[in-house]
Amino acid sequence: MLRIKNLQAKVAGKEILRGIDLSVNVGEVHAIMGPNGSGKSTLAQVLAGRDLYEVTGGEVTYDGQNLLALSPEDRARAGIFMAFQYPVEIPGVSNMYFLRSALNAIRRNRGLEELDAIDFLALAREKMKGLEVEEGLMVRPVNEGFSGGEKKRNEIFQMSILEPRLAILDETDSGLDIDALKIVANGVNALRSPERAIIVVTHYQRLLNYIVPDFVHVLSGGRIVKSGGKELALELEHRGYGWLEDAVAAGQSA
Amino acid sequence: MTAVKEQQDAYFSTFQARERFLSDPSWLGEIRRAAMERFAELGFPTTRQEEWRFTNVAPIARVPFELAQAPKDGAPLAKLRELPMADLGCDRLVFVNGRFSPELTRLGDSSQGVKVCNLSEALAAGTPSIEEHLARHARFDDHAFIALNTAFVQDGAYVEIPRGLVLEKPIYLLHVTAANGRPGVTHPRNLVIAGPESQATIIEGYVALDDGAYFTNAVSEVVVGDNAVTHYCRLQNESEQAFHFGALNVRLGRDANATTYSLGLGAALARQEVAVTLDGEGSECQLNGLYVVSGRQHIDNYTTLDHAQPHTASREFYKGVLDEKSSGVFHGRIIVRPGAQKTDAKQSNKNLLLSDDATINTKPQLEIYADDVKCTHGATIGQIDPEAVFYLRSRAIGKDEARRMLTYAFANDIIGRIKYEPLASRLGDAVFARLGIGPGKQEPQ
Repeated sequence: MLRIKNLQAKVAGKEILRGIDLSVNVGEVHAIMGPNGSGKSTLAQVLAGRDLYEVTGGEVTYDGQNLLALSPEDRARAGIFMAFQYPVEIPGVSNMYFLRSALNAIRRNRGLEELDAIDFLALAREKMKGLEVEEGLMVRPVNEGFSGGEKKRNEIFQMSILEPRLAILDETDSGLDIDALKIVANGVNALRSPERAIIVVTHYQRLLNYIVPDFVHVLSGGRIVKSGGKELALELEHRGYGWLEDAVAAGQSA
Repeated sequence: MTAVKEQQDAYFSTFQARERFLSDPSWLGEIRRAAMERFAELGFPTTRQEEWRFTNVAPIARVPFELAQAPKDGAPLAKLRELPMADLGCDRLVFVNGRFSPELTRLGDSSQGVKVCNLSEALAAGTPSIEEHLARHARFDDHAFIALNTAFVQDGAYVEIPRGLVLEKPIYLLHVTAANGRPGVTHPRNLVIAGPESQATIIEGYVALDDGAYFTNAVSEVVVGDNAVTHYCRLQNESEQAFHFGALNVRLGRDANATTYSLGLGAALARQEVAVTLDGEGSECQLNGLYVVSGRQHIDNYTTLDHAQPHTASREFYKGVLDEKSSGVFHGRIIVRPGAQKTDAKQSNKNLLLSDDATINTKPQLEIYADDVKCTHGATIGQIDPEAVFYLRSRAIGKDEARRMLTYAFANDIIGRIKYEPLASRLGDAVFARLGIGPGKQEPQ
């Protein structure tokens, strides 16, 4: 589904990604871990199409097509969803209007009929269950005045409405208390299916107790330095990132 | 400069030629003459004057505007029906090229119990409240455009709402111009007297039937009685070739409450002034403004809040959207008179620039002569937030649609304050049209 080959990217002249290789197949859940500044969020943003980052080399294909040539909206229409690390506040645009516009843009692309306000509200109500999202949130401006936890839950709520084929969660767990973390994890797990893939970018192993990944990759210095199964996450929990960084540094100097 | 002087003289000769045919009451004749003399002394303002620093009215001063003629055929009738702003589903008083149009006027539904007619009819009937109020609130001593309007007062709306009457629907005062290829000037004059404890919404609109050049020089005086609540919406959607000067002068009585909306979309060059005198203890007002311009339009919003009595409060929210090579001005003057203790004034002006070539000058001016007051002001100038655009695009919403949504949301902050839905929705459409982004499917937020 997703093939990343030797991906390199920089921001403001600074190299962040130095050759990422990663393959994600449908039905899989991948966790990408790593210390701060390792390039985790950059990878997520590049996949979503943020133009702040300049891709300087490598390629990314999604369902066989060149992902990097697509606009952010076309990526979203093709089924890619990134849950933002820092969701953006949009004063004056209601969550309801925003989400229905988003869903209908995707539905148009799939040749489906657009949902009217009534049908959309029915769908939204159904998706709210389990996410502890209050109905009042629908009429509030997107993310404006939301608490950190509300913003993250709103991202998962959007994801459950838009039903992406490839979901990328960019540190969705950061700053959440355990209850909010469980809600977010439940939302993600509800989306797990053989037709979808999920990439969970996280700094903390804790989230992976609730979203159990098939693969764990460790990013350091803009490269994947180690890949393994879910047990790798536990090893990182015990040993930290230091030993991997040391190993990489030793490898480079040798 | 010579051309300007010639035009000033031309206004003077027109005045003298016209004066002979007027059958004014003597008090009005005196006011006219005094105003004409004052205009001759003042002349049109120049950018050397602080209040006009960013707005050059030379293009108005240079053109030989004659008093606009009545359109000859019945074309306005048919054309007016096509204008979305013409019918707001409430009673309306219509003026075409400065003249009252009984054919287009429709009264008797939402204005029941209100004395509403054209000013010249009310004058002819000897209505005493006109002498009491006309030219008392919009002072012409230091204002050339108001002086010119007062000298040439022709017609406009007269509305008197009796004590205690609560109106469900607005009354619409619609001023229509058909330029017909001649650069004409009109001097509409509106007088609204809201009786004590009354409650009403008045909408004053300026629209064009063609895209010709003309000059509207309008003055409105609004007197809000003790404990009355008045909403006053002033909508300027003139032709893109037009010049527009508009003054709205409001006087508040004790515990009176006024909300004004100054909406500016049209004209090549527009100056929209709102001046509120909080002349009664405990009075409050909220000034809302929205200006949306593009092309080479220039719009100047000059507001004055005069806190003349203690325990008065004002809130001011003005927002501007400027595209292409347009330019704008916001000047917010707040005066707190000696003794006007416990004044509470808040002013905010926010601007969204959609192009690198658009400009805005924003300036607060606080003159505080009392010591126990709260006055705050703030201004922002920004562009569409690229983070917000990316967020929307990452949710499958196209780039243009994302920009449209964010621009509308910015403007809707003001549009959403308009309680009368037919006006709010048509204004929303007009904003989209001004920005060339077509009416969207935005629903009420």
